[in-house]
Amino acid sequence: MTSLGTQQLLDFAFIAAVALFILALRWLSSPVTARRGVLAGEIGAALAVGATLLNPELVQYRWIVIALIVGAGVGIPLGMVHMTAVPQRTALSHAFGALSAAMIGIAEYYVGVPHVTRFEMGEISLEVIIGSLTFTGSLIAAGKLQEILPQRPITYPGQNFVSLSALSAALLIAIALTVNPNQTILFPIMVGVALIFGVLLVTPIGGADMPTVISLLNSYAGFSAALLGFVLNSKVLIVAGALDGSSGFILSVIMCKAMNRSFTNVMFGAFGQVQASAAATTEARTVRSASPEEAAAILAAASAVVIVPGYGMAVAQAQHKVRELYDVLTKKGVDVKFGIHPVAGRMPGHMNVLLAEADIPYDRLLEMDDINSELPQTDVALIIGANDVTNPAARTDPSSPIYGMPILDVDKARTVMVIKRSMSPGFAGIDNPLYYLDKTLMLFGDAKAFVGDIVRELSGGAH
Amino acid sequence: MPADFISNLYLFILAGFVGFEVIKRVSPLLHTPLMSLTNALDAIVVVAAIIIAGRHETVLSTTLGAIAVAASFSNMVGGFFITDRMLRMFKTGRPQK
Repeated sequence: MTSLGTQQLLDFAFIAAVALFILALRWLSSPVTARRGVLAGEIGAALAVGATLLNPELVQYRWIVIALIVGAGVGIPLGMVHMTAVPQRTALSHAFGALSAAMIGIAEYYVGVPHVTRFEMGEISLEVIIGSLTFTGSLIAAGKLQEILPQRPITYPGQNFVSLSALSAALLIAIALTVNPNQTILFPIMVGVALIFGVLLVTPIGGADMPTVISLLNSYAGFSAALLGFVLNSKVLIVAGALDGSSGFILSVIMCKAMNRSFTNVMFGAFGQVQASAAATTEARTVRSASPEEAAAILAAASAVVIVPGYGMAVAQAQHKVRELYDVLTKKGVDVKFGIHPVAGRMPGHMNVLLAEADIPYDRLLEMDDINSELPQTDVALIIGANDVTNPAARTDPSSPIYGMPILDVDKARTVMVIKRSMSPGFAGIDNPLYYLDKTLMLFGDAKAFVGDIVRELSGGAH
Repeated sequence: MPADFISNLYLFILAGFVGFEVIKRVSPLLHTPLMSLTNALDAIVVVAAIIIAGRHETVLSTTLGAIAVAASFSNMVGGFFITDRMLRMFKTGRPQK
């Protein structure tokens, strides 16, 4: 009877944890309450872990303690990475989450094997397949983001066929196992094929698609945890997994819309890779360029400026110089706002974090729709390290590969300034007609150095 | 089909809808912390891993369980830590001059 009491204590701890998890996400809706959300999540997790450690089923604590110490030893340094490295840390954490779910599913199978029912086998197979493919897929994504692996899409003839064959093979083995769960020889083969499929799924995807991929892997990692909850009949896992899975799913849909990709295209990863057409019109068109002095004079004369940062700004480590520019212009009474495209950066919301790190107030960071309604009344749109998300061809040219993609309408501002190293096209290899407009000034140079020059010019002029 | 499965399915569907409604309201400003926070919450898998590792049924299950404990606990610790670090950086313009 004492064990019954403990069981109820465990259940109440888990119910409290679930409620706190939902509150955590609710409080994340605004930056004002968001940190309270983290605290709620921490308390919930601590309750659940603490209660579990009291579970009378546990007979040996040695490996648990060692594993917890190792986990903390890995997790804390991963929590201290630089903000530009957050995408790869996130991909790695999807890999760890999926690894954990897969390991538990595998252990459940081998512990239960002569007595595993067909129904349980079906659940375990599905869970282990999703967990395994998410594990290797996330590792590949992390490798690409960390630039250990090539960022460009790696493709070969018959790729879709090979990838889909691997997935089909894993599913067929899962069905065979479900028919007869005692075919222990098939189980490791199924795991192996699923691991290979994860590699095949993410390898062909290029760097520019990472925000979508990382959201999708987030969703898979969540759903694998929820499936594990079904296997173990653990309600706290089902709820946490469903929350994580739906979060990843929503972010995938948002990223997908922001890149004008169809949903099936995203669900199946890279299978419909946009092939950049090399048919760039090579007719000689003239661009106007300007010096830092001229750019500073135009900015100083403006009353409303919108800065559009892209990942190129983070690559050039220019965000702190951009912050100085924001400060000096604000001091001169210029209204400065930032227009953030949903896919700016390497994961959803990444650009906001990079700018917040540079101490730019978050109420100055505007979403695409909000900034687009302000751009027609804007004197200067300053584009730093962004390209395709400002390309008006997405609105006007049905033959463009990015036609239909929602963009920041910077061409509606009175003057457009683009800081860029050279005239080379962006990720998608598409020429940007914005650069040839009469109102556009090209500021050629390194983003950090150029913004620094403008700042020096503006602060010098103040005296 | 076990009876538990049906009640678990109810729970899954309801939690999915709650997740959808709650997460829909998260500002795009905070999508990166959202992902790291849901990741930390998802690391609650550690409770299942602790049971597997601590039941000590076979060498294999204890080993797999211990790996799972380490992997998910690192997500839990690292996920909460980095989410809080990011959120601390989000400041309004008001206190600035």
